[in-house]
Amino acid sequence: MADVLKRVPVREQDAKVRAGNFEEVCYGYNKEEAMEEASRCLNCKNAKCVQGCPVAINIPGFISKVKDGDIEGAYKVIGGSSALPAICGRVCPQESQCECKCIRGIKGDPVSIGKLERFVADYALEHDIKPEKAEKANGHKVAVIGSGPSGLTCAGDLAKLGYEVTVFEALHELGGVLVYGIPEFRLPKEKVVKKEIEKVKELGVKFETNVVIGKSTTIDQLMEEENFEAVFIGSGAGLPMFMGIPGETANGVFSANEYLTRSNLMKAFDENYDTPIAAGKKVAVIGGGNVAMDAARTALRLGAEVHIVYRRSETELPARVEEVHHAKEEGVIFNLLTNPTEILVDENGWVKGMRVIRMELGEPDASGRRRPVAVPGSEFEMELDTVIMSLGTSPNPLIASTTDGLETNRRKCIVAEEENGRTSKAAVYAGGDAVTGAATVILAMGAGKAGAKGIHEYLSGR
Amino acid sequence: MYKILESRQLNANIYLMVVEAPRVARHCEPGQFVIVKIDEIGERIPLTICDYDREAGTITIVFQPVGASTRKFAELKTGDVFRDFTGPLGCPSEFVSEDIETLKQKKILFVGGGVGAAPVYPQVKWLKEHGVDADVIIGSKNKELLILEKEMEAVAGRYYPCTDDGSYGHAGMVTTMIEELVEEGNQYDVCIAIGPMIMMKFVCLLTKKLEIPTIVSMNPIMVDGTGMCGACRLLVGGEVKFACVDGPEFDGHLVDFDNAMKRQQMYKSEEGRAVLKLQEGDTHHGGCGNCGGDN
Repeated sequence: MADVLKRVPVREQDAKVRAGNFEEVCYGYNKEEAMEEASRCLNCKNAKCVQGCPVAINIPGFISKVKDGDIEGAYKVIGGSSALPAICGRVCPQESQCECKCIRGIKGDPVSIGKLERFVADYALEHDIKPEKAEKANGHKVAVIGSGPSGLTCAGDLAKLGYEVTVFEALHELGGVLVYGIPEFRLPKEKVVKKEIEKVKELGVKFETNVVIGKSTTIDQLMEEENFEAVFIGSGAGLPMFMGIPGETANGVFSANEYLTRSNLMKAFDENYDTPIAAGKKVAVIGGGNVAMDAARTALRLGAEVHIVYRRSETELPARVEEVHHAKEEGVIFNLLTNPTEILVDENGWVKGMRVIRMELGEPDASGRRRPVAVPGSEFEMELDTVIMSLGTSPNPLIASTTDGLETNRRKCIVAEEENGRTSKAAVYAGGDAVTGAATVILAMGAGKAGAKGIHEYLSGR
Repeated sequence: MYKILESRQLNANIYLMVVEAPRVARHCEPGQFVIVKIDEIGERIPLTICDYDREAGTITIVFQPVGASTRKFAELKTGDVFRDFTGPLGCPSEFVSEDIETLKQKKILFVGGGVGAAPVYPQVKWLKEHGVDADVIIGSKNKELLILEKEMEAVAGRYYPCTDDGSYGHAGMVTTMIEELVEEGNQYDVCIAIGPMIMMKFVCLLTKKLEIPTIVSMNPIMVDGTGMCGACRLLVGGEVKFACVDGPEFDGHLVDFDNAMKRQQMYKSEEGRAVLKLQEGDTHHGGCGNCGGDN
């Protein structure tokens, strides 16, 4: 009998091997492993894990189906709350949401909720289990802007309620950050993202790519000329931020968004695709979030020596523990308590290095984290050919600037109510990074759900 | 899919295509651009809009094959399709939102170089349709490479072709033509220069001396074109600007052209490799040092 205090380990690609390829890192559970792990669930009556889930999946409910070997039944339970389980099972920060609340976790390992969700979802994709469609259309037309996590979730939920939903996507591929941001080795595009979007299509949702709202048409025109009765804005975060230090426009300095977009969306890592990427031989990634880890691990796979340069210490790294752990295993070097002051440029305009300064932690700042303070006289130079800035984004102004009556806040994020996504403009709802600034896939999905609820209340109540 | 309704070669170097893209045609204004992708594996290539027909739902693009992707574009015939065609992107030219009576009082000079004549055309045409006659200088290496002559003559107030080799029109660079016009006593309130960066740089150096406010249309490397990646960033008046959402048109006297030209070289070696691969096709065996050949 296995030790019930320990979770069933999940198989992963060897760190040395995967550092040289773009195949998925984690292999996931098979059915036996999943059933064994599911048997560790205590099936709590007042389940704390559900409270930790932004979309409130009935976690004990689906896990008990897995325990019985009824995987299709488990998929139906998850499908009641989430349209994208294969994605969430991979990229949600379960350790700080559902799993950290697990009663099993008090004495031993919490139940591997994320890996179980992923197993169930992958099983449904492999066996082509259909999601449950609306019984009949209700005749109301809703437009969703953006096909990222919040838009897909909102569209899926509304379609299940019988709405006629069209999703408008600015890029040439569907999925938003799921295709341009998160790398293949963490979230396979063909096997997972495309197939999961197919499920949303099966619910009857229509998609139109290459439509930039605010440019190709506007929200007001969608409502006046194309008869959409309500609009959900899930346009995501926007313009990448830079540090404002000398040398930042040199060749070889990229935003993480550009580096990742070239590799993920445009598939520059694959020699068969036309888009180039200046991969670099000695790369520094500035920042410590999940995006920084993605950029670092991408550069590593493209053959570079990679440094994460972060001004605080390891405990403050905003990235998921699992991502930091994987990055270290693969050979990413962490230069913590280090902050760039200047990018050094050669005579041809290319990066040749970076001047950095050591930091130490002072008193806690507004975020509650100890504020990094420069150590005088501790500057030194790093020899580099590529610098990737991963400092977050500021909202894209395209929609706010072309929509009359849409209120934005001081940080230029769209103002929307948390519980229903309602904005200052009638019939217009919003959620995800466009509202919160850069956050996580699951929070965006939660906002997409809230937006669908708000739109449904609005359109069914009149 | 976006159908090519007409495809023709304007001269040895430059191609014109009329593409069915109703959403773009309905909303575009002079000064904006599109992003075009030929197929699944292609790059996203920004191209300026040369003309548009709102009724027919079509956009006219004019381009010069330089990298591997635009070479592939050049092979497309009438009836073929682009996989993706996005737009209109960027901000419209400033004059589009100006008071029309004020605009009519202004003396405007356009300077186009090479394929830059294409984005100049819809601006001059728009002005003509709104009762404003603008002077237009178009420069090119020689007569054979000059494009859109008939079209430009039809909408320009006065039209001044220039050729470097003197084979047609004014002999010499566009800058000498500007000087000549100013010496003749023409006073311009604004100059709009579109063409190779090196041309725009020298036009700006001259117009700064002549104290003519000058707008340039920048064409840096782009990826998404919607403000997401920052590849197109430029230094304008010491500030970082994104050409795709803040531009593409900027105050030419504030643009750091030297920085912009260096940034344009960024993928020269990678692009060179892609061209090589395209030309060599199946016989490509890793000589580019990039792909490891067929191994």
